[in-house]
Amino acid sequence: MDFNLSEDHKLIKDTINRFVRDEYDFETRLKIVEEGLGSSDKIWGQIAELGLVAAVLPEEAGGLGGTGLDIAVVMEEFGRGIVVEPYLATAVLGAGVLATIGGHDDLLESVIAGEVKLAFAHYEPEARYNPKRIDSNALKDGDGYTLTGEKSVVAHAGEADYLIVSAVADSEIGLFLVPADADGLSIRDYPTQDGGRAGEVSLDDVTLGEGALLATGADAQAAIDLAIDRGILAVAAEALGAMEAARDLTLDYLKTRTQFGVPIGKFQALQHRMVDLCLEVEQVRSLVTLAAVKFDEPGPERDKALSAVKVKVGQAGRLVSEESIQLHGGIGVTWEYALGHIAKRLTMIDHSFGDTDYHLKRFIKLKKAA
Amino acid sequence: MHLEYSDEENAFRAEVRQYLADNLDPETARKVKEGANPSKDEIVAWHKVLAAKGWLAHSWPKEYGGAAFTPIEKHIFEEERVAAGGPEIVPFGVNMLGPVLLAFGSEEQKQTVLPRILSGEDWWCQGYSEPGSGSDLASLKTTAVRDGDHYVVNGQKTWTTLGQYANKIFSLVRTAKGGKPQEGISFLLMDMDAPGVSIRPIRTLDGGAEVNEVFFDDVRVPVDNLVGEENKGWTYAKYLLMHERVGIAGVPQAKEELKKLTKVAKETVNEDGDLLIDDPFFAVKLAQTEIELMAMELTNLRILYDAQAGGAPGVESSLLKLKGTQIRQELTDLTRRAYGPYAVPYTPEVLETGANEDPIGPRGAVMSAPKYFNYRKISIYGGSNEIQRNIVSKMMLGL
Repeated sequence: MDFNLSEDHKLIKDTINRFVRDEYDFETRLKIVEEGLGSSDKIWGQIAELGLVAAVLPEEAGGLGGTGLDIAVVMEEFGRGIVVEPYLATAVLGAGVLATIGGHDDLLESVIAGEVKLAFAHYEPEARYNPKRIDSNALKDGDGYTLTGEKSVVAHAGEADYLIVSAVADSEIGLFLVPADADGLSIRDYPTQDGGRAGEVSLDDVTLGEGALLATGADAQAAIDLAIDRGILAVAAEALGAMEAARDLTLDYLKTRTQFGVPIGKFQALQHRMVDLCLEVEQVRSLVTLAAVKFDEPGPERDKALSAVKVKVGQAGRLVSEESIQLHGGIGVTWEYALGHIAKRLTMIDHSFGDTDYHLKRFIKLKKAA
Repeated sequence: MHLEYSDEENAFRAEVRQYLADNLDPETARKVKEGANPSKDEIVAWHKVLAAKGWLAHSWPKEYGGAAFTPIEKHIFEEERVAAGGPEIVPFGVNMLGPVLLAFGSEEQKQTVLPRILSGEDWWCQGYSEPGSGSDLASLKTTAVRDGDHYVVNGQKTWTTLGQYANKIFSLVRTAKGGKPQEGISFLLMDMDAPGVSIRPIRTLDGGAEVNEVFFDDVRVPVDNLVGEENKGWTYAKYLLMHERVGIAGVPQAKEELKKLTKVAKETVNEDGDLLIDDPFFAVKLAQTEIELMAMELTNLRILYDAQAGGAPGVESSLLKLKGTQIRQELTDLTRRAYGPYAVPYTPEVLETGANEDPIGPRGAVMSAPKYFNYRKISIYGGSNEIQRNIVSKMMLGL
């Protein structure tokens, strides 16, 4: 076994770390969030220029990697900086689907260059976290298709140039590439709790040409499953980075905040809670590592590791958020201090790709099937 | 980054597995797997089996008859031992006193004491805790007063595990008063059969008799039996405690316990006629524990490979102890619950060698509640979990 990052991964880690420190401090992030744009063109351009979109895509698709570890290394560092850019939506999910299906090299090239943004419009209002319940419909219409349906809480839908939409075509699941300016497509764009943006997507007789169909049947399902798995791993690694940021802020605060004439970190009631918090972060790191390494070896062990890490991230994310705020006291509940924003991201991660209970149930089912 | 064992590590595992399959006494293994206590003779025989292969003292260098295992080899050995039903190696001689003597003992002590640990001639026990000194070990009151070529020792030790089998005891004693409590402590090697030493068993809540009180009444100990320097014993004591915590996560044991529990849950029917494994409440608790253990196993391996690469085993072992004991206690709780009403009968004697009565209910149920009760100890001994939090807080977090 070897738990050390490769030189390439260390380089990616350092690159993002430096980028966040130099270009994306907390005030910059807060400004982007408050301007309501969802992201900054300047920042997104820099992310693409650093090769970070390419980092999570395979070489066949014009990328530089695309393994589980690539995703985990990048997302952990973005998590540390609570970066709100549409990286998950565009690079991990959208471009991930295109790369899985193959073809669309020109589009992928533009995505990798940071010129085109994508969104993955899959989950539906009635389905909660069920990725298999799709009511959206694609009717064959001459050579093309007509799409109708609703997609819920689609991350960064409003900024996307193209949406990748799932819909049932002739009783088979299909994936469609829908331009943002397509007739009949409307997006109710809104801010999210954690400083990001998302949208409710309505497809009202959206007419698409033949080329819009990306995949159907088993191919489409496999692409959807892989996209969701990439999403799970990505937000789990992001959560790890966010937890480490919360931990570091809290530890620093315990050493500097003085009450009753001593740093509050001298009080055992707080020390023991801080130790438990740190221990949980280590447990999360272990499961993120396991899920990342297993990610590229299909099988029940991989699927179990993904649900296990999502459960752990849900539970530890809550503990780290709540305890960090409590250990800080009043400053922890203010808008101008980073901790609350970290806590909000950690909390919303539990609402993505299936929450703690969903993945506990899934873990139990996978165990039984094994 | 990868999570595969190397060819050498796999070969080592195969060698351990084969050796234990060929040499571990089946009746001893039966008892260990069923949660019964092996006898003194069975433990001594087991130690001899390991000593014959050079595998008894895992951390000692080869020149002193040790195995010089790497941290990973220790871990692999433990996984195989637990899977085979080998008794836990009694740690007091090989894992506690041995490392202290190797680091701080005189050459004569190394030459006389270490071989007798390996041969089984000596069974050591640990004289650390006292009735008034638990977590605050440095407050210990047992005194050793110099009288010519001897120390005269008076006082009382407690929680002396398997002291009833021991002929030797290493003790922390106070040789100076005044100053900080840590400063006047010395580390003495003593005979259990010396005049003035007496022992009394402490029965624990599970009905077991693994711990004792040991009394010293004007016990004369040759000054040559002092380890290292007088009044420097606290340094040696802490060194020993650090070694005591190695492997304390108990990952191999926890994995085995989870495996057994899962099997029980697949064979036991609940009130609704469903298997326990399909009972939503039970399944959730089982899954939670399994997820924690998956994480713990990796956390443990991360720390082991770090130690392998030259990082000293240090404060991380406190984190491992905290999480490991939580998981193992949870597993004993779930196991007793899995057996339902048949956790109630108290009949440990049915598992003894040659017992002629059948268990009441499933055989696995017999020790399920006693083990749950017994395992209350694991978050108390080796430095309570609260003491571990203090250590992490100070040493790792700098609070």
